[in-house]
Amino acid sequence: MSKPEKLIENGIRLDGRKPDELRPIKIKVGVLNRADGSCYFEFGGNKVIAAVYGPREVHPRHQQKSTSAVVRYRYNMASFSVEERKRPGPDRRSIEVSKVSREALEPVIFQEYFPRSAIDIFVEVLQADAGTRTAGINAASIALADAGIPMKSLVSACAVGKVDDTLVLDLNKDEDNYGQADMPIAMTPDGKITLLQMDGHLTRDEFKEGLEMAKIGCLAIHEMQKTALIEKYSSQFDEPNDNPPFSTGSSQIGGDAVE
Amino acid sequence: MIIHLFRRVHHKSGVMPLSNEIMAELRKDYIYNLMIKGEREDGRAFDQYRELTIDTNVIEKAEGSARVKLGDTHVVVGVKIQPGTPFPDTPDQGVIITNLELIPLASPVFESGPPREDAIELARVVDRGIRESQSIDLSRLCVTAGEKVWMVFIDVHVLDDGGNIMDAASLGAIAALMTAKLPAKRFDLGEDTPVPMRDVPVAVTAVEIGGSIMLDPSLNEQSIAGTKLTVISNQDGALSGMQKSGVHPLTTEQINYIVDIAIEKAKEIREKFLEI
Repeated sequence: MSKPEKLIENGIRLDGRKPDELRPIKIKVGVLNRADGSCYFEFGGNKVIAAVYGPREVHPRHQQKSTSAVVRYRYNMASFSVEERKRPGPDRRSIEVSKVSREALEPVIFQEYFPRSAIDIFVEVLQADAGTRTAGINAASIALADAGIPMKSLVSACAVGKVDDTLVLDLNKDEDNYGQADMPIAMTPDGKITLLQMDGHLTRDEFKEGLEMAKIGCLAIHEMQKTALIEKYSSQFDEPNDNPPFSTGSSQIGGDAVE
Repeated sequence: MIIHLFRRVHHKSGVMPLSNEIMAELRKDYIYNLMIKGEREDGRAFDQYRELTIDTNVIEKAEGSARVKLGDTHVVVGVKIQPGTPFPDTPDQGVIITNLELIPLASPVFESGPPREDAIELARVVDRGIRESQSIDLSRLCVTAGEKVWMVFIDVHVLDDGGNIMDAASLGAIAALMTAKLPAKRFDLGEDTPVPMRDVPVAVTAVEIGGSIMLDPSLNEQSIAGTKLTVISNQDGALSGMQKSGVHPLTTEQINYIVDIAIEKAKEIREKFLEI
């Protein structure tokens, strides 16, 4: 596809969204049998699946830390996830994405509870449609909770960008390709920013406005993440009434830090 | 008794080797205590950059080059340019390839082997600054559309790690590009011309330590910092790239503060060292 003449017409984007609207999100918790925690996350055309293993023994041993767990994060794109077949295996981009994604989640994990152990997070991008790293972080955050890893809160992520000189939330593929800026952000529900990257062209004021937009987007995603977790675990408790499902046992997940 | 034993051990081995972990804790205490008093180990203000020198054309064989000294940090950037085949999706545009290696010569903690995530991240952020600011007019690097374009290789060699390699590498890259020439004569493609530059992106990095923000971290400050934010800004004062690196979260206020001082500092550096 060549560059469309206009990416926004009369305040409406090519896919029919308003500038501050997220793409549809679909979340399924606990989709894998072998993993300790898992999550399938659809974010517009993105389809990603996250698995968490651990806390478990660290291999290779020299990576282990005596006072806390090591968190490892592997972001990987399937070769069929993009238009032009991607060569399988890690490349420079995926190594960088893995690093910043790991750093986006580490601050909420109580790593010091599990010395000499590893918490492994694997994110597989089955289909890519702009915003795979944010989809991956959203999925991984849920998968960590599903694995019962003690966390201070969930982490939610989305991107803000600029197309046709307008700030927009959650870029789609065309907006990413032909837009003027892209800024993926991850944060905790109390507004601490754990991932921030940006490329393109933003003025100082646009940046500040964009950051606020991303905050609203992340909070909306946070609500959906919470709902998905509660849905899974409330059905397990088999409670017919409307009592909060996390009054026992799984409070680390549902007791979600800041409200 | 304990002192006596300690002395004996000390005497025998010359210097007691302290493990890296203990050293890191001691350093952390030292720098943290200074920070509470509003001081830094080298006497700088929190928003003060270290002394910076940039020399260009230091490697004659390279099409462009620069040596950057930022405090104790020392990097050399060489730009090599040669004709090559364009990417299929951009047949009429030149190609930029940025590489950075943390070679074992530069620090006792760097190891040989393929670049790891730190080096890859550094290289990709340097690349992003050059690319996203559109500082090189890539369409003017086209020789024959779909067949031959100029490929610009930016190679960053870190020689001494004194902290904040990110800024030193970015400055070196843009300084080297600004003096680089397309070697047309060598390839029978006409006269040599300067690389078509349109903007001068400058990266400025700050770290967060215990809630305080410090500009241009030294090696010790960087090693104990919770997180690092690099802000790349252009001639028009707008941002062309940003990267948060490290596990500690930042508040919106901290980020906005870093963005503001980074843009100011970039302007100063640009005016002093990188006038077109």
